Amino acid sequence: MTEKEEQLSHILERHRGERNGLIPILLEIQREFGYLPKEAMPRVAESLGIKPVEVWGVATFFNQFRLTPLGRNHIKVCMGTACHLAGGRLVLEALERELNIKVGETSPDGHFSLERVACIGCCMLAPVAVIKDKIYPKMSSFKVEEALIPYRQESKAED
Amino acid sequence: MPQLTIENLKEFKEKISSPLTINQAEFRCMVCAGTGCVSCNSLKVRERLEEELKARGLSERVKVVITGCNGFCAEGPIMVIQPDGTFYRKLTPEDIPLLIEEHLLKGRPVEKLLYTEPTTKKKISAMKEIPFFQHQVLWALRNRGVIDPENIDESIARDGYAGLSKVLSSMTPEEVIQEVKLSGLRGRGGAGFPTGLKWEEGRRYSSFPKYVICNGDEGDPGAFMDRSILEADPHAVLEGMIICGYAIDSHQGYIYVRAEYPLAIHRLRIAIDQARGYGLLGRNILGSGFDFDIDIYPGAGAFVCGESTALMYSLEGRRGMPRIKPPRSTEAGLWGQPTVLNNVETFANVPSIIRNGGAWFASMGTGGSKGTKVFALTGTVYNVGLIEVPMGTTLRKIVFDIGGGIPRKGEFKAIQIGGPSGACLPASLLDTEVDFDSLDEAGAMMGSGGLVVMDDSTCMVDTARFFTDFSVDESCGKCIPCRVGMKVMLNILSRIATGRGTMEDITLLEELGHHIKESSHCGLGKTAPNPVLSTIRYFRQEYEAHIQEKRCPARVCVDLIRFRVDPDRCKMCGLCKKACPVEAITWEKKTPALIDPEKCIRCRSCIQACKFGAID
Ligand SMILES: Cc1cc2nc3c(=O)[nH]c(=O)nc-3n(C[C@H](O)[C@H](O)[C@H](O)COP(=O)(O)O)c2cc1C
Repeated sequence: MTEKEEQLSHILERHRGERNGLIPILLEIQREFGYLPKEAMPRVAESLGIKPVEVWGVATFFNQFRLTPLGRNHIKVCMGTACHLAGGRLVLEALERELNIKVGETSPDGHFSLERVACIGCCMLAPVAVIKDKIYPKMSSFKVEEALIPYRQESKAED
Repeated sequence: MPQLTIENLKEFKEKISSPLTINQAEFRCMVCAGTGCVSCNSLKVRERLEEELKARGLSERVKVVITGCNGFCAEGPIMVIQPDGTFYRKLTPEDIPLLIEEHLLKGRPVEKLLYTEPTTKKKISAMKEIPFFQHQVLWALRNRGVIDPENIDESIARDGYAGLSKVLSSMTPEEVIQEVKLSGLRGRGGAGFPTGLKWEEGRRYSSFPKYVICNGDEGDPGAFMDRSILEADPHAVLEGMIICGYAIDSHQGYIYVRAEYPLAIHRLRIAIDQARGYGLLGRNILGSGFDFDIDIYPGAGAFVCGESTALMYSLEGRRGMPRIKPPRSTEAGLWGQPTVLNNVETFANVPSIIRNGGAWFASMGTGGSKGTKVFALTGTVYNVGLIEVPMGTTLRKIVFDIGGGIPRKGEFKAIQIGGPSGACLPASLLDTEVDFDSLDEAGAMMGSGGLVVMDDSTCMVDTARFFTDFSVDESCGKCIPCRVGMKVMLNILSRIATGRGTMEDITLLEELGHHIKESSHCGLGKTAPNPVLSTIRYFRQEYEAHIQEKRCPARVCVDLIRFRVDPDRCKMCGLCKKACPVEAITWEKKTPALIDPEKCIRCRSCIQACKFGAID
């Protein structure tokens, strides 16, 4: 068994048979793997004694769950009301153009992924983007390229 | 750790409030660690402060306290120094040495770090004299910025759990319910259901176990009140829940918080542990024989899960889809058992109601809406932040007296209240009072408490489209009016926003909107058309401009605007050409730039790049 599989078994063992535990289990798996791997789903179902479709039903219902891995640099663009008014959509579009991926996708090299989120609660800084947990205040399409520079350099160094 | 009982709680409070313990330091530096301030680096300010104090041997005399959201987010990072109450704003780590030398050692406020009143340009040092704070009345937020939310002693020193002690020592459950009914408290989660009535219902059913649930889902995309309450004063919410448990004879509570609120969850965990340690939660609370425990349940994010039955399904590990009522949750809620579910702010109001009496609470507010309400004030207004005002305060007072008006000489256009379930109200309704019923009359709704101010750079069609898009995304898909109807509304709005709309579309939107409101199954669909209906009602001419003149007056809708370089202003520097991501700009040295409207994608990069304001 690989280390990851062992982790999965651990999580499942801890909650075996707890039907209410489905969402916490999926959250834990996602914390461990960064997303919900397809292979994990039937195992979750089995450990709770429910049908796989129920697991899929929950996994696809909630915004938190992802079925694909995130990029190493995960980017969130706030689409709360204040950010929308201040031009959040333009920022999102600029990122899509720069990274050549659509919102919800991960770049083929695995370096970047892009997500839109509802209010993150710093409306006075609108519009806001978050790259790898660092908040970029008062963003604009014009500032996107510059903001990405350090992350791109880092990615290059890694390759 | 002391085991607190009804008898010794008062004594313990006096002991920890005595100058020998809590106030032993000469100064307390209250550094705001709400999400807004943290995102402007307040934790770096705190780090530097602690280092500098240590280096100067002042750590004993000056205590640094990390607080929940102070409220005045626009001025972050914020620090308030007690006991004098001086308000410092927009701090950087570099400001700290000066601040220590001047304020803490020499007793002189540092002018340049104080708040400046934007109209009079006057410096104001005391927090309570700043207009933003002057017009507020804090009850749900009474401990914000005053206590360290991670230290239960500070909460107890400010009467935390005194209400619980009163309930357990001298009130029957019926008396508790009576007091809450007398207070006139209505649910703060949006619908405004009378809390006392709900508790009475919850008590009436005698199937056990019963549950208490705190709704901390807060999915409105322009709101962060509940999070701020949880981050600033978690014990008030716990105390409210325990009192509810006693009133309805329940022994288990759950707090459902969005997993996106990690700081709130962290502080709740600490609060629960500390309360358990003191015997304020768990078995035999305060030695009274009453048992009640609380667990946290992190929600996985879905707006519709804020709806009570959907929330309960998701607690059970299922898809969060609302079910038909009746039965109400008070009869058959979580796992089919009687359940009382209230909003975070609703619970946070309960301890004060018990301590001060229902009549006291009912003395604030209007005929039908008592007490105070917390709002997240954002958008185009000077003083963005978290506020609490008595019910009945006018929107005008909130926007202009507390919010400080519209910046950049902009003109007030609308205020959005209630998020995706709410409405955009025009200037002519600025004297509307915040009150469940008067907002309802105006086609709006209290909602959770997001207030977004808009000026003339906001397009109402685009705003309606934004909220409709949100509702389409968040519809659970169970009932057709909401799932299909909202999608059709979105398509029509998109048509109008791209200049392909017809006048019949407006009528169609109105008809559809009314049908969806009437035939949807849950509160999401019943209110989702409000942003569209209210913008048509109050800003019809803007829809007409999009349709008849193919013009977006606020210059927002990309298909209806064209950008142009003003050759007189253009300094021929070529920065715009560099900024353009799609090579829509032609420019050569010594000639003004030109934008090709066919290639231009209206991303505004050139406008931001131009230093001379030559592009519009
Ligand atoms: C789509 C939808 C979303 C809701 N979201 C929330 C929410 O985020 N927080 C909340 O407290 N109530 C929310 N509500 C209202 C709840 O259904 C419920 O009325 C409320 O939590 C009851 O508590 P209260 O009486 O204390 O307000 C929502 C309702 C609907 C229909």
